[in-house]
Amino acid sequence: MLEIKNLHAEVDGNKILRGIDLVVRPGEIHAIMGPNGSGKSTLSYVLAGKDDYEITEGTITYNGVDWSEMSAHERAAAGMFLAFQYPIEIPGVATMTFLKTALNAQRKARGEDEISTPDFMKLVREKSKALNVTPEMLRRPLNVGFSGGEKKRAEILQMSLLEPTLCVLDETDSGLDIDALRVVSEGVNQLRSPDRSMIVITHYQRLLDHIVPDVVHVLSKGKIVKTGGKELALELEKNGYAEYVDEEAA
Amino acid sequence: MNAPAKIQETKAEQSLDAQFNALIAEKTQTNANQRKQAWDAFKAKGIPHRRVEEWHYTDLRTKMRDAFALAPTCVPKADVLQGAGGLESYRIAIVNGRFAPELSSNQELDGLTVTATDGVVSSELASKDAMISLNQALVQGGISIEVAANAKIEKPIEIVRYTDGADVSSYASTCVEIGAGANVLFIESFEGENGADYQSNAFTEIKVGDEADVHWLKLQVESQKAQHIETLGIELGAKVNFQHFIYNEGSSLSRAQLFVELKGEGTHAGLRGISLLQDQQHADITLYVNHAVPECESREYYRTVVDDKARAVFQGKIIVEPAAQKTDGQMMIKSLLLSDAAEINAKPELEIFADDVQCAHGSTTGDIDEDLLFYLTARGIPEAQARKILILAFLSEAVEEFEEERCVELLEAMTRKWLHADEMVSE
Ligand SMILES: Nc1ncnc2c1ncn2[C@@H]1O[C@H](COP(=O)(O)OP(=O)(O)OP(=O)(O)O)[C@@H](O)[C@H]1O
Ligand SMILES: [Mg+2]
Repeated sequence: MLEIKNLHAEVDGNKILRGIDLVVRPGEIHAIMGPNGSGKSTLSYVLAGKDDYEITEGTITYNGVDWSEMSAHERAAAGMFLAFQYPIEIPGVATMTFLKTALNAQRKARGEDEISTPDFMKLVREKSKALNVTPEMLRRPLNVGFSGGEKKRAEILQMSLLEPTLCVLDETDSGLDIDALRVVSEGVNQLRSPDRSMIVITHYQRLLDHIVPDVVHVLSKGKIVKTGGKELALELEKNGYAEYVDEEAA
Repeated sequence: MNAPAKIQETKAEQSLDAQFNALIAEKTQTNANQRKQAWDAFKAKGIPHRRVEEWHYTDLRTKMRDAFALAPTCVPKADVLQGAGGLESYRIAIVNGRFAPELSSNQELDGLTVTATDGVVSSELASKDAMISLNQALVQGGISIEVAANAKIEKPIEIVRYTDGADVSSYASTCVEIGAGANVLFIESFEGENGADYQSNAFTEIKVGDEADVHWLKLQVESQKAQHIETLGIELGAKVNFQHFIYNEGSSLSRAQLFVELKGEGTHAGLRGISLLQDQQHADITLYVNHAVPECESREYYRTVVDDKARAVFQGKIIVEPAAQKTDGQMMIKSLLLSDAAEINAKPELEIFADDVQCAHGSTTGDIDEDLLFYLTARGIPEAQARKILILAFLSEAVEEFEEERCVELLEAMTRKWLHADEMVSE
């Protein structure tokens, strides 16, 4: 279970998160929506443990463990996965080598055996096929030359290989065409399980038609200003954020 | 009417004086006149120092405390030579400046002729730089290598240069003639006894005939205490593909000087390399590339990783003569500085006298990109390992551009070893 209490965070001295409270239980999917610049990606970086994002107040605990002193790779081994809004290209790093290194690093951190090369190859073949990630893409350096949509699919491929228990998807739908949106959503839905929590950040209701959330939050100016059921997303689609943003200003 | 004050001779210069006088006094000395000329040229300049523009960043006069005694002839055990790390090859061994047939391949190789020489050559370069002049005054031995026209030599030709002993110096020279249409790979290593303090000064001239295809890999893996100076004079004919790569890892002080002349149209010259520096190492790569004729292409791409208090120096000058229209020259120096005390001086320059050319140069310097690092650590890879992955990635881009499969594996294994990253990235 993820518990965020009164979380305040800043980057380069700019206060961005201003008191977030959020509890995500195993098996739940929470959607976070909100205007540009409201702090959604910042929240995802703070959860993943990016260095220059400083928690100034409040706590993050996952399965009862305080995450404040844990580095990014330790959180990953503990189950955290962030599907980036803008996956970065890493020239010179072969995709397959990277995937295997990441998988084995996490296994090692958990005291498990490394995966054998044949088992790994088989696993990648299976999972990449389901997500329409071609062998040709896997032969390229990590994300290099991938189209926007290909990058997003590759992120979900990594997620399905690493089998995290806490998944944060930052605008995974942006840049996807209609078919890819369905393929990616199916990939995500397959990972839905009673012991896995997900946070889905999005601007659009249409993703939530495929990945149906249990709870929807509105983030504005670094705070959750409204929480509701899946119907809240429909309402936002119709009326926009004006109501919540104004409320905040008032 | 005072003569300009002469810089006082350093201890090293005094030792060199004594060495040269002893050498020239030997009745059996060959080419004494040429040696004397070279010596006079050296004496006129002395050991280069920071007020000599070309040596500004590498003050050899200060760094060279003494000149070690000339290394004697000797034959070390064959198994101390590393060379190309076990790659099947045709081996030419040179120990303490002299050809060592006992350690070299003894069968004939079609299209290849290797001859031992006394090392004195007639070269225009001999008076150009004090350290070349010094090489020619004191040279202990040399070889001449000929590759016949149209020879396609499958096996790499390995030149292993070994300095045996400590507190010695070795001077070698090499002439390489590659016939028109030949195709050949050279792997040349500079090495010596681990941890030994010695000085090596090598001078090599390479002439490449029309339409030849030449790959030349230099492995500079001298002892970490050594001082290494190598000068290359390269002349390329027409429609040549010449690819040179420096792997720079050894020596406390090293300098590679390349003088490259593109003399025939339609030639490609690729000059690349990686330097891996730590502790207080100082590594200098200085090159002059002269485009004398139209329609040639040159690439000067070097990457450097500098840690601790090490310092890298890069000076590169591309000259495009008035006749050299349609020249395409690109020079790029990229450096990763891994510590606050690490330093790079990069000075890429273009001198263009033709109007219809495409030339560019640039340099970048920085630390490991934090966003790349975060991406890898967010996937569970510990930071120290992620850093190594990114350093390897940075270097491997340069290695791949050399486009010589047999060398890629060797170079990657060497960079991994340097990073202590043997088992780090699983296949
Ligand atoms: N390094 C930084 N320095 C200063 N301000 C920053 C930095 N990074 C982010 N911000 C600011 O923090 C705010 C929140 O950014 P964030 O990326 O979290 O928004 P978002 O909700 O994800 O927006 P979007 O919907 O456009 O993706 C923005 O105003 C942004 O400009
Ligand atoms: Mg965002």
